[in-house]
Amino acid sequence: MGVKLLLAKAHVEGIKNYDVYRREGGYQSVEKALKTMTPEAVVEEVKKSGLRGRGGAGFPTGMKWSFIAKPEGVPRHLVCNADESEPGTFKDRYLMEHIPHLLIEGLIVSSYALGSNDTYIYIRGEYAWIVDILEKAIAEAHQNGWLGKNILGSGFDCNIHVQRGAGAYICGEETALLESLEGKRGNPRIKPPFPAVKGLWERPTVVNNVESLAAVVPIINMGGEEYAKIGVGRSTGTKLISACGNINKPGVYEIDMTISVEEFIYSDEYCGGIKNGKRLKACIPGGSSVPILPANLLLKTAKGETRYMNYESLSDGGFATGSMMGSGGFIVLDEDQCIVKHTYTLARFYRHESCGQCSPCREGTGWMEKLLLRLDKGEGKMSDIDLLWEIQSKIEGNTICPLGDAAAWPVAAAIRHFRDEFEWHVLHPHEAQVRNFGLAHYADPLQVPAGA
Amino acid sequence: MSDEILLKVTIDNITVEVPAGTTILQAARKIGGDVTPPAMCYYSKLQGSGGKCRTCLVEVSKGSEKDPRPMPKLVASCRTTVMDGMEVKNITSPRVLEARAGVVEFLLLNHPLDCPICDQAGECHLQDLSYEHGKQGSRYEFQKRTFKKVDLGDYIQLHMTRCILCYRCVFTADQLSPKREHGVLDRGDHAQIATFIQKNLHNEFIGNVIDVCPVGALTDKTFRFKNRVWFTKPVNAHRHCDKCCGEVQLWLRGDEVFRVTARKDEWGEIKEASNGKTGWICNECRFEKKNLADWIIEGPTNVNRHSVISQNKYVGLVKPTETFPKIMKGRNPKLLMDIHSVSEVNKPNIHLSQLERPAHSTDFNQ
Repeated sequence: MGVKLLLAKAHVEGIKNYDVYRREGGYQSVEKALKTMTPEAVVEEVKKSGLRGRGGAGFPTGMKWSFIAKPEGVPRHLVCNADESEPGTFKDRYLMEHIPHLLIEGLIVSSYALGSNDTYIYIRGEYAWIVDILEKAIAEAHQNGWLGKNILGSGFDCNIHVQRGAGAYICGEETALLESLEGKRGNPRIKPPFPAVKGLWERPTVVNNVESLAAVVPIINMGGEEYAKIGVGRSTGTKLISACGNINKPGVYEIDMTISVEEFIYSDEYCGGIKNGKRLKACIPGGSSVPILPANLLLKTAKGETRYMNYESLSDGGFATGSMMGSGGFIVLDEDQCIVKHTYTLARFYRHESCGQCSPCREGTGWMEKLLLRLDKGEGKMSDIDLLWEIQSKIEGNTICPLGDAAAWPVAAAIRHFRDEFEWHVLHPHEAQVRNFGLAHYADPLQVPAGA
Repeated sequence: MSDEILLKVTIDNITVEVPAGTTILQAARKIGGDVTPPAMCYYSKLQGSGGKCRTCLVEVSKGSEKDPRPMPKLVASCRTTVMDGMEVKNITSPRVLEARAGVVEFLLLNHPLDCPICDQAGECHLQDLSYEHGKQGSRYEFQKRTFKKVDLGDYIQLHMTRCILCYRCVFTADQLSPKREHGVLDRGDHAQIATFIQKNLHNEFIGNVIDVCPVGALTDKTFRFKNRVWFTKPVNAHRHCDKCCGEVQLWLRGDEVFRVTARKDEWGEIKEASNGKTGWICNECRFEKKNLADWIIEGPTNVNRHSVISQNKYVGLVKPTETFPKIMKGRNPKLLMDIHSVSEVNKPNIHLSQLERPAHSTDFNQ
């Protein structure tokens, strides 16, 4: 049983409500921070904890906080990025639905650390009901003196505002999020200037993921050094993983980043193995935009070491033989899944979500989608596979924001690892319409462990 | 404005000194020639423009004197400011050339390539870009996306199919008019410049969007299909105008003013006027003053001799002394080849040029 910090109390009856949450030890971190610590000390504590951003990029949160510019007389803002739109990722939704007060608590402490008197939660439009949950939690916090003017007599004022998005994946990119929050079209800004210098309304701003901000609560409660002892190496603390796909027990799991991928998929505590006793073909370990890995590279690294569920181990081998922790959207594909169709589905998503601001992403994503659809329908040509590779390499790294990379990586990884499946689709167009390619030499060389 | 501190930046092994805050692209323009990266969306006169088209990507092989690490990705030179001791590779970097060829292919992917019927042909930045940096053909085998043509009032026609979404017209309307009435709707490859609810663009300076458009997406309705630009002769002219600077370029053919535009510099951007401000011109000068008598001609515009527009400037043009009626023995036909003198099939006594409408068999069977 791994350590649970965020979801430890998630199943307590009525934890959604303030009274229960407070009785279970809620808002202690606010008391501790506002009464006994300076804002700088809070930032220092988060730095010590080694907490890495849980939104996808894995940038150390404490470092991000220390970059914020502090010009005289200019308000600063903290923005909570709850625009969780990556296909396969639904951990923030779980957190906000079940223990909204944890996020509010984390937000108050973080706002205190950053000196943000007006803090925003930018939530994706599709999470309409969660807005009500959050607003209720904020109102309760107000009533009990955790928000508003002069919180706990510390002289610190803080208000939290919830803003709904209008359903755009691109608004999860921090600068696009800020544009949208300002009421403009959600186009990513060109960096520099970075949000830490000129963010929301040209004021210094920090944008953090929901889970990162919630993790601030245990960090303050137990101390940064204690938090850093959980986990392994530079992957400290616990991470929420939203597991889905062909597994017996899909859902959100909190892991302490010391377990292996194999254990995560096959043990009964977590995913509980592949559904219907089928075999593992491939997996996307960190949300749709990270490279897909075939089973043999997923369970063991190219060097033959066991792969663990943490930042370093999952990215071992770079993009050639590794992937990324990403946002923790763990998508498992069994032997019956078609990689070409799957890649097409992702390409369609990115074509639809591209903002259209810069040309490689705007035109390239549409082109890739059309090519993949043609390959999937069995009308493709051998040269299309090379062309896809060409297109993705022209998009990657040449765009304003990471959406271009996010669109290019899945296609690149699918061709890199599953080229024979693409070729089979070209060579056997009719067969490809009626049956799946199935497992190949690359998939699942291991014995199916007992318990699966 | 001018700082004493000048920063040294080396672009393609040519060193130039520029004040702090200058972008790589501006520094490269100072050097000029092939070293200058092309720019489709950047417009130095429009605040906030640039960074979108990605044609100006360059490689920074040395960040600065203090921090010599190279930048990992190619950067948009129009939005990246120079650091002291920065080393930039443009045409000397194969990576840049390849990425740029890729961007050109992307830009042309959904572009209709209808240059033969496009008014912009001959002065189109996308044409220049694809000639200079593109590949011979496209590998795109699918249907291109199309839009319906949109009328934006009496003066401007929007042909969205040709648009490359540079956002220049959006910035122009934002910065020149009190209330912007058009913008970008939708997203991705179906994003479009539009007025949302179809309406006319009214502002006095809105005509300038035609000048900033790098392609033929926004065209002058008073000039559409009237003439090819390389058949017209650009001359500098001015008039007294209380709305704008009144300094323009007239596009003449004979004594007829076909088109009025603002004056442009060697980068295709609007020049500074004599009052020191950007030489935007008002709608009245642009669309209403099509009479040579309205203008005081200063002299021919200097056109780059590589431009197709310069190919047709006949030096010492002599007009023929013979007139049509004289050659045609007193007749003045609408058709230059007089079919009656060649063929007896039609009745020679019926003059086509005297018919009010196109000829019909009933005209001959009377």
